[in-house]
Amino acid sequence: MTDDIAIEFTDVTKRYGEALAVDRISLAIAKGEMVTFLGPSGCGKTTSLRLIAGLELPTEGIVRIAGRDVSRHAASERNVGMVFQSYALFPHMSVLDNVAYGPVIRGEPKGVARERARAILDQIGLKGLEARLPSELSGGQQQRVAVARAIVQQPDVLLFDEPLSNVDAKLRRKVRGEIRELQKRFGLTAVYVTHDQEEALAVSDRIVVMRAGRIDQIGTPRDLYERPASAFVADFIGDANLIGGQVQGGRFRAADLDLPMAGPDGAAQISLRPERIGLTPGLGAPAGRVMACTYLGSRWEYEIATGFAELLASRPITEAPIPAGTAVRLDIPETAPIRVT
Amino acid sequence: MRPDARSTALASRERLAWLALLALAVLVLPWYRVAPPGGEPLLPSALGHAAAGRGWLWPVVAALPLLALAGARAPGGRGFLALALAGLAALVVQGFAVGLRGPAAGWVGALFPAAAAGQTGLGWGGFTAGVALLGLVAHGLALRGFCRGDRFAASAVVFIVALLTLFVFFPILRLALAAFVGPDGAIAFGPFLSRFLAPEIWRLDCFSGPRRCGVVINSLVLGLLCATLCTALGLALALVVARTPFRFKQTLRALSILPIITPPFVVGVAIVVLFGRTGLVTVWGAELLDIRPTRWVYGLPGILMAQLLAFTPITFLVLLGTVEAINPTLEEASQTLGAGPVRTFRKITWPLLRPGIAAAFLLAFIESLADFGNPIVLGGGYEVLSTKIFFAVVGARYDLGNAATLAMILLTLTLVAFWLQTRWLGRKSYVTVTGRSDAGLAASLPAGLKGAAWAVVAPFIAFTVAVYAIVLIGGFVHDIGRWDLTPTFAHLRTAFAVEIGAEGLRLYGSAWNSMQTTLAVSAIAAPLTTLVGILTAWLVARQDFAGRRSFEFGTMLSFAIPGTVVGVSYVAAFNVPPIDITGTAAILVICFVFRNMPVGMRAGMAALAQIDRSMEEASQTMGAGSARTLRRVVLPLIKPAVFTALVYSFVTAMTAVSAVIFLVSARHNMATAYIMGRVEAGEYALAITYSTVLMIVMILCIALIQLLVGARRLGRRREFQGQALPAE
Ligand SMILES: Nc1ncnc2c1ncn2[C@@H]1O[C@H](COP(=O)(O)OP(=O)(O)O)[C@@H](O)[C@H]1O
Ligand SMILES: [Mg+2]
Repeated sequence: MTDDIAIEFTDVTKRYGEALAVDRISLAIAKGEMVTFLGPSGCGKTTSLRLIAGLELPTEGIVRIAGRDVSRHAASERNVGMVFQSYALFPHMSVLDNVAYGPVIRGEPKGVARERARAILDQIGLKGLEARLPSELSGGQQQRVAVARAIVQQPDVLLFDEPLSNVDAKLRRKVRGEIRELQKRFGLTAVYVTHDQEEALAVSDRIVVMRAGRIDQIGTPRDLYERPASAFVADFIGDANLIGGQVQGGRFRAADLDLPMAGPDGAAQISLRPERIGLTPGLGAPAGRVMACTYLGSRWEYEIATGFAELLASRPITEAPIPAGTAVRLDIPETAPIRVT
Repeated sequence: MRPDARSTALASRERLAWLALLALAVLVLPWYRVAPPGGEPLLPSALGHAAAGRGWLWPVVAALPLLALAGARAPGGRGFLALALAGLAALVVQGFAVGLRGPAAGWVGALFPAAAAGQTGLGWGGFTAGVALLGLVAHGLALRGFCRGDRFAASAVVFIVALLTLFVFFPILRLALAAFVGPDGAIAFGPFLSRFLAPEIWRLDCFSGPRRCGVVINSLVLGLLCATLCTALGLALALVVARTPFRFKQTLRALSILPIITPPFVVGVAIVVLFGRTGLVTVWGAELLDIRPTRWVYGLPGILMAQLLAFTPITFLVLLGTVEAINPTLEEASQTLGAGPVRTFRKITWPLLRPGIAAAFLLAFIESLADFGNPIVLGGGYEVLSTKIFFAVVGARYDLGNAATLAMILLTLTLVAFWLQTRWLGRKSYVTVTGRSDAGLAASLPAGLKGAAWAVVAPFIAFTVAVYAIVLIGGFVHDIGRWDLTPTFAHLRTAFAVEIGAEGLRLYGSAWNSMQTTLAVSAIAAPLTTLVGILTAWLVARQDFAGRRSFEFGTMLSFAIPGTVVGVSYVAAFNVPPIDITGTAAILVICFVFRNMPVGMRAGMAALAQIDRSMEEASQTMGAGSARTLRRVVLPLIKPAVFTALVYSFVTAMTAVSAVIFLVSARHNMATAYIMGRVEAGEYALAITYSTVLMIVMILCIALIQLLVGARRLGRRREFQGQALPAE
């Protein structure tokens, strides 16, 4: 085990009665890294985060933080900061007291704790709001107070559980940028939970895609988008056309589709991103027919009927639209299809 | 220091503190409250007594070094926990193995000759040892993962379970045993059977002739009549308030708390003053209609009247809730479909009301069975269970066996009603409607029903006004009983005279003694009740531990035990060693704490359900343990519940009678017991005066509590809560 691993899960399982929330997951998160747990609702993201925080203890397996086994340690015995979905600011305390709460609890004199809280609030752009109550702040400000409160003690790891779900759709892009900037500026290790793949792509160094309590794939945003390992990941991150067929002698075939494809022979499935499919009106293989053409402002979206699947294709708005009913030939670059399981 | 290292250090400090307390308890503090005869020890502690021949104390003493050793080696091991439990068991066993008059079993006497002299009740040493051993048990449990290793929560669970066992379930068990104890002192089935089957319990003669029925029949008849009438009246009031343009709704709501702050007996006295043989109404009636004044009010009619006054507000509140919860759009829908108001009421409103009516009925039934104050003033020869139990213990013929048998019958009846009620409430949700709709106007009542409701409500209100008018003026006129209305402060002077002399303030009045005790006991009991109640609520709502369901059920069950039963059970349990505390002020406080704690618990649970758990979790991730989170985050947020619990437990302690009447002593008399004495002596004016003063004191105290607990910032909190979303 090296010094630069901040968090390590070894075969961690969490059961609630009979129900398995987290099923034997193992992973390592490096110091200073921002990792996102991504997956559909109920897949165990929040539970995994709470296992790091100590708000849940694993049924089996080992959780290490900064190299130490903390599997049986309560939340108060770990050094983590957490930003809750609802922010969980204490409504009966001022902004300053909210942020100074941690240092005071950990035994610092009140004056020192407040100084530290004030400094963090300054850095995070909340100067002048110290005396307010949380109820007197806007949603975005409340969120920043929650972040300030979580980082004031220089935690081993900073945890976010869907922090943007209470932020205006318009503001989300800005706030997630701020979170990312802050994490880099303070050099924090951060774990971020979301079910929104775009958010995950935007903020993460690495993404952990979860399904039904298990890890499906771990990788950088680009890895996951360009080289999804499973149909599930391909479909969950961005749009994907999943096509079933046969691989034989280095070629993938399905009806009139014939593409170069490495790997063992046999039944196979490939993922094809909509924007990688070119359309040329006219006849030729692989052949298709435009069923619908939809104007989406930033692009054209086509539904194409082919001999092997219903395809979704997406073309730049600068191209001329192809009306429904037109026969087209599909242009698929050799690097576009990815074999998935 | 890292947080986890600090936590480990803290744990070992806590263990040392518990061990030090145990050492203090067994080595230094006097083990017995009053030293037992024989065997003069050098030290009054357990060690001293054990050395002086009371060998049955050695296991408790030995627990100390063994636990210290095991704690130093492996506090999280199985051995430590087993030792702590064994120490606790040794403490319990020594208490019951040797009684006041000698060993409980032959082999104990053979083993320890000194046991023949018997032993007295536990003193500071014994109780402190119990506390320390419980603390060590909780410590061992927490270190083995109980309550997820949370030492504070584990201690809270262990202590509350121990207290409930000791002060709720153990007395009931003792009482149940007492029902089987024959005149020779042996436990057998025969004595119970002959008590249980006695004709004065089950006789049905009143239905066929002029003779009286058995006491159970009397209680049931009273309970059923009272429940029926209270429910009908409560429903009429609720319909009038919710479904007619009635102008004094808020007043009526506010007035419904009156019975809670009305001391017992005073309503009964007012009824006697109005309807007794020389009562105002009786005399008028006699003059107007030329009928002979009789004592008709004593017995079923009088008790029923008083109970109607006392319990209708409860049924009213329950049914008002039900009526208001009915979504008006349902009724509107029915009307748009062509149903007239009568059909709408019959087909829609009534079925929706039924569960509420059942709940109100059972509630009133339970209250009526448990009532002691009204039957004792107005009963005449009409005996009910609660009064008969009282006279079996306090009267000239002390007969605990009989009292215990009657108490077990009463307990069974109330538990059955309680069980039925929880079943009804449990199923209620299929009809009650989610929240209240802002849209739509409630259907107004059909004209006939409206008239009927008013016909019931108007006399009831007049009656209430008359009774409280008597209470208001009765204390300040010459003789309300004879209708002599010359104003006077003579009664006030008799009760509460003071004199400022050379030695300072001197309290002459005859009531001062009980007033001071009542205030002191209530003031001590209220915060303790609140503490136990809120802590229990927090454990049930927020902690995860083995046995949580049964824990919750046990606390709720303790609420269903009628006061009279609690009273005799304390007499049965705490008048003999090892816990011999009758006649102390402590037993009064304890009685109140465990009788009223479920109310604090319910208030706390309701408040906690409103609070997003993630605030507590945030506090934990910032390093606060559960105790500090409770104090700094949870308590400030549930202040209103704390206030409710404080006020309720204080007021109930001031006005309770059914349980304490068994527990008061010459030294520690309570206001209600004093008032009962005055009523029995026929000094009605004095009783009324004292009651009025009590009510004023209570209102002042409530204001004071409000001031102390404070309602600062609460308004803002609500707004904020609206924004917070529950975590996914
Ligand atoms: N306290 C709990 N008790 C029982 N089941 C739970 C509890 N918390 C979560 N679960 C279950 O565990 C699974 C994972 O939940 P969670 O981690 O909250 O999912 P996510 O955050 O990915 O939506 C879900 O099926 C959920 O129902
Ligand atoms: Mg979640």
